[in-house]
Amino acid sequence: MGINYNVPEYEVVRDPQRCIACRVCERQCANEVHSYDPKTGKMKSDESKCVNCHRCVALCPTHALKIVKNNDTYRINAQWSNEAIGEIYRQAETGGMLLSSMGNPKPYPIYWDKMLLNASQVTNPSIDPLREPMETKTFLGKKPDHIERDSEGHIRTDNLPPQLKLEVPILFSAMSYGAISYNAHECLARAARALGTYYNTGEGGLHEDFYKYGPNTIVQVASGRFGVHKGYLEAGAAIEIKIGQGAKPGIGGHLPGAKIVGDISRTRMIPEGSDAISPAPHHDIYSIEDLRQLVYSLKEATEYKKPVIVKIAAVHNVAAIASGIARSGADIIAIDGFRSGTGAAPTRIRDNVGIPIELALAAVDSRLRQEKIRNNVSLIAGGSIRNSADVVKAIALGADAVYIGTAALLALGCHLCRTCQTGKCNWGIATQRPDLVKRLNPDIGTKRLINLVSAWKHEIMEMMGGMGINSIEALRGNRLMLRGVGLNDRELKILGIKHAGE
Amino acid sequence: MKRVYVNEKWCLGCHLCEYNCAFANSGETDMAGALKDVKIHPRIRVEGDNHISFAVSCRHCDDPICVKSCIAGALSVRNGVVHRDRDKCVGCYTCILVCPYGAVMPAPDGKAIQKCELCTDNAFGEPACVKGCPNGAIVFEER
Repeated sequence: MGINYNVPEYEVVRDPQRCIACRVCERQCANEVHSYDPKTGKMKSDESKCVNCHRCVALCPTHALKIVKNNDTYRINAQWSNEAIGEIYRQAETGGMLLSSMGNPKPYPIYWDKMLLNASQVTNPSIDPLREPMETKTFLGKKPDHIERDSEGHIRTDNLPPQLKLEVPILFSAMSYGAISYNAHECLARAARALGTYYNTGEGGLHEDFYKYGPNTIVQVASGRFGVHKGYLEAGAAIEIKIGQGAKPGIGGHLPGAKIVGDISRTRMIPEGSDAISPAPHHDIYSIEDLRQLVYSLKEATEYKKPVIVKIAAVHNVAAIASGIARSGADIIAIDGFRSGTGAAPTRIRDNVGIPIELALAAVDSRLRQEKIRNNVSLIAGGSIRNSADVVKAIALGADAVYIGTAALLALGCHLCRTCQTGKCNWGIATQRPDLVKRLNPDIGTKRLINLVSAWKHEIMEMMGGMGINSIEALRGNRLMLRGVGLNDRELKILGIKHAGE
Repeated sequence: MKRVYVNEKWCLGCHLCEYNCAFANSGETDMAGALKDVKIHPRIRVEGDNHISFAVSCRHCDDPICVKSCIAGALSVRNGVVHRDRDKCVGCYTCILVCPYGAVMPAPDGKAIQKCELCTDNAFGEPACVKGCPNGAIVFEER
């Protein structure tokens, strides 16, 4: 073995006064950082394996552990950061592409934090959601162009295209069974049902145990077509065609063969141990016309009872692409920003491809309005929604609802250590190892997801009330409720908002 | 009556319950102070391996054979909880021999036995193993 050029990224600090050598850290670390030395009766650690997932810190009964950034450093250089040097060393050693997980961690601008919300003062009353009606319900799907009345003069409602009914404008975004565990899927499915919203199967098919959650399930059809069959399409409340994913626009998914075991192999309908490689494009879609064929094939297969979602990554020409999709027969467009998460992506693609969801969403909403086709589709924005204020800002920019993925995983215990690709998730989320999967008890996880979304719902109602708005419908695309801070004219123009003070 | 139950499906074998038990029965207020460099003698024990594990403690049987077997009258049932009277216990270990669950064990000094009393005999008040279980595998409930 040659020289290991890389230095550990984090350091395990153990307080010897507090450590009782109970060995919980050792038993809980799938990366085998901690070990017990019987000679001294003390715990030891091997930092080089630490991914800073905080499992040991969270479970240490005496709070004897903390993980700190290792301040061992190469010679400081503004051009060649420690990270840049370390990546070169890793690639020089392995000859491989760098892989990463979860969302883009680089310090690109976060436009959510450069937009501020309005509130009513004197001239228009604010609304107290605890005392007055406040509607967070919304419907996703194509809306009719005009009102039709029956012979009695009543508005007809029996001729509407299929709609998804959401009690709260938040859905759980696509995360496949395979990328995340059975227990994580169970949490999402049960929470979606309890909250009156939807979770998304991702491209890994639907486990037979979860067909019972079908009315709260969006089933995905991706380029690999894993696990897609008639029963699957019929099981869901809506069908999502995944064209792209915000974390890795332009490339397909790759679930290593080691994860294709047992139920995952059966659910995906591929042999055990074979790599599940989704092609970069759908090989039957090379134009909007082709997309239209798939949209209508899926509608035909499900007797026009289910809305069809087309999910795309936010890329440079997103507005024009969305305009095409809105004419393809799709009912809903999901746009995934460049910060969205993933179970594994090439680092360079995750960190450098795509555009911010805030700009993409505003551009798409404006374009569809200009072309008078906004009612053809509903818009779901995803990829970086961190809190209820982001949800409110997204809706004010023009979204009908938002997808949350990373936030949902955080609620389940994810600590964003961004090493999902290793399959050794100490929190039982992004792993298929049975001893790790059982660390996520679905009774606890479901409750935590319900708590999170319920808390956000209360906050959304408070913020809407403050603005004098009593329904999601009245907030949608209401960009007068937003003001920019520290944004230049170009950014304000794209976002379609005024600067603070205007 | 509420008892401690273990669902092996969610038991991670982390052994935290053993340390929480030892701490609760130590009479100390600081876990590190109570358990540092100390060999623990918990009243709950995790059995099994990395794949299936479960914590075992006194079942508080409806008709406890340990109480019947006690030659000194040191074991009794109080409000459903099998209780040990340390002053009466002569340390004959008959109860240890008869307990089908292996849930009774010698006290650290070897002169008496000890067993789970659902933390009614210490300052904790509620089962410490249940409160500290990170995965909801140990529950305290009516069944």
